[in-house]
Amino acid sequence: MKENEIAFLVDKSKHIRRLTIDSIGKLGVGHVGGCLSIVEALVVLYYKEMNINPQKPDMAGRDRFVMSKGHAGPALYAVLADKGYFEACLLDTLNRPETTLPSHCDMIRTKGIDMTAGSLGQGFSCAVGMAKGSKIKGDNSRIYTVVGDGESQEGQIWEAAMFAAQQKLNNLIGFTDYNKFQLDGGISEIVGLEPLDMKWKAFGWDVIVVQDGHDVKEIAEAIGKARQSEAKPTMIILNTIKGKGVSFAEAAGVTNHNMPVTEEQRIQALKELA
Amino acid sequence: MYENVEMRQVFSNELGKIMERDERVVCIDADLARAQGTLGLRQQFPDRAFDVGVAEQNMASVAAGLAAYGFIPFIGSFTPFATRRICDQVAISITYAKRNVKIVGLDPGISAELNGGTHMSMEDIGVMRSIPGMVIFEPVDCMQLVKAMPEIVRYDGPIYIRLFRKAVPAIFHEDYQFDLFKADLIKAGTDVSIFASGIMVSQAVSACEILRGKGINAELINIHTIKPIDRKAVIESARKTGAVVTCENHNIIGGLNSAVCEILAEDFPVHVKAVGVKDHFGEVAKIDYLLAKYKMTPGDIVDAAVECINRKTRGQSGFCSSSEPSSNH
Ligand SMILES: Cc1ncc(C[n+]2csc(CCOP(=O)(O)OP(=O)(O)O)c2C)c(N)n1
Ligand SMILES: [Mg+2]
Repeated sequence: MKENEIAFLVDKSKHIRRLTIDSIGKLGVGHVGGCLSIVEALVVLYYKEMNINPQKPDMAGRDRFVMSKGHAGPALYAVLADKGYFEACLLDTLNRPETTLPSHCDMIRTKGIDMTAGSLGQGFSCAVGMAKGSKIKGDNSRIYTVVGDGESQEGQIWEAAMFAAQQKLNNLIGFTDYNKFQLDGGISEIVGLEPLDMKWKAFGWDVIVVQDGHDVKEIAEAIGKARQSEAKPTMIILNTIKGKGVSFAEAAGVTNHNMPVTEEQRIQALKELA
Repeated sequence: MYENVEMRQVFSNELGKIMERDERVVCIDADLARAQGTLGLRQQFPDRAFDVGVAEQNMASVAAGLAAYGFIPFIGSFTPFATRRICDQVAISITYAKRNVKIVGLDPGISAELNGGTHMSMEDIGVMRSIPGMVIFEPVDCMQLVKAMPEIVRYDGPIYIRLFRKAVPAIFHEDYQFDLFKADLIKAGTDVSIFASGIMVSQAVSACEILRGKGINAELINIHTIKPIDRKAVIESARKTGAVVTCENHNIIGGLNSAVCEILAEDFPVHVKAVGVKDHFGEVAKIDYLLAKYKMTPGDIVDAAVECINRKTRGQSGFCSSSEPSSNH
């Protein structure tokens, strides 16, 4: 990857964080932590990897993305707005009455959203269904999806994992946003996932562990490798930081899952990300 | 006494007191203990208060296993995940197997507010009501919840507790006598019966005030237990007034309206108007906005009551003449 491409993606990540915290901050509350931890993965996908066209959001054979941890909608909306799926000013309607941008991803309301989510565990199965659909059609599209580490405690994730492996869905690339926290506490103190890479391997997936899930280069290389897989779906485990890039959110730790954001915090965050 | 106290706070306080004196009671969360207010119980009861992670189906059957081992588990999640997500586990592991598990659903109906459509259960009562042996209880205020908690534990069988988590206006005082299977007469009246539950009770209280101004004497009954519903209270009130309005924070299909109509259709047919969610999903917005949008305000209850009374006095009956078919649904 060229230096200027890396710089572009790094810069873009900062911008997406800015848009995300700005829209949540203007509302005053939201899923700050899990939005900020997944920004780099979204940026690498939408600005480098995915075969998409914002002018033709329904283009046949396009790549798809499913935000299975649907509460990270606001981060994805920031990306979609920046890509031109809809006007950036709509971000200010986040989670307000009659909005097209509800807290959880909604394919009926929002242009560019490929699948509805919000009930944890389901989006991942939907992504598997899409990957199977693409195989049946033979349209060579790729399906990308993000699951939370807390979400990975749902049995449905592992039902889908087995099925995807059985079907040899090598067009499916999953990401685990391994930010080590869920709503009630640290993953390891609630219901631990370790060894997570071995679990996915044992379920028949290729696994790539990205040591720094905020390193765009490392993420892009992982996706490049995943695309080479001949017969297996790939899970890319991203070691991330919940609330990454905004000091008040990072400092809030476990309470940053769904947190209030004051006007001062919003402005402070925008300064940090300038 | 319980003004400005959150229902979840009262719930976890009472559960803590019960766990202190009854070692059979356990508290299981599925990564929503912070939302439910039950996180603190883990310090006090490290063995009996725990988290299964984001795994509601597992939670339900684990609870049934504990119940088969002599425990009385309380499990909890947001209403959609405490009902429709775990419907089969509730049906088989819990009710079919007759296991004594108490299920708490948080943020019923439109009260999920900013979590939006995916988190708004308009069907949770319908789901639970059609499972044989399930009791469904929706406390109207903190006092009622406090009085109910020991009864819920004493009752030997599954109960679904539909719990609004924030503060609500007080309806009952210290001297309130609670009976899990008896509806509460909030206000006696003669012209129309209003059956309400949950957050719709305080809307109905305001509606009764407006109706009084119009010279209409409404009777208001709080249906805190929707299943088994207090059949006698419903029929007696309908017999007295001859006109019925139901008010619920739920789809009008499958919930309180259905429960009331099932009884009246069989035993004492009268006009019934439904105030509630008219068979659609929810969306992000605050409660007040959605109450207005979905026509669930005191004004809407008044309109329904007036229409019902008019039909009664005109002698139009849906069962005798079809000149004005009811358009509830
Ligand atoms: C089926 C289901 N159960 C519970 C919830 C409530 N909930 C929303 S987010 C969350 C925690 C998720 O943790 P994680 O997957 O780690 O997300 P992240 O840390 O990325 O925000 C919970 C329990 C839900 N949305 N869906
Ligand atoms: Mg997490």
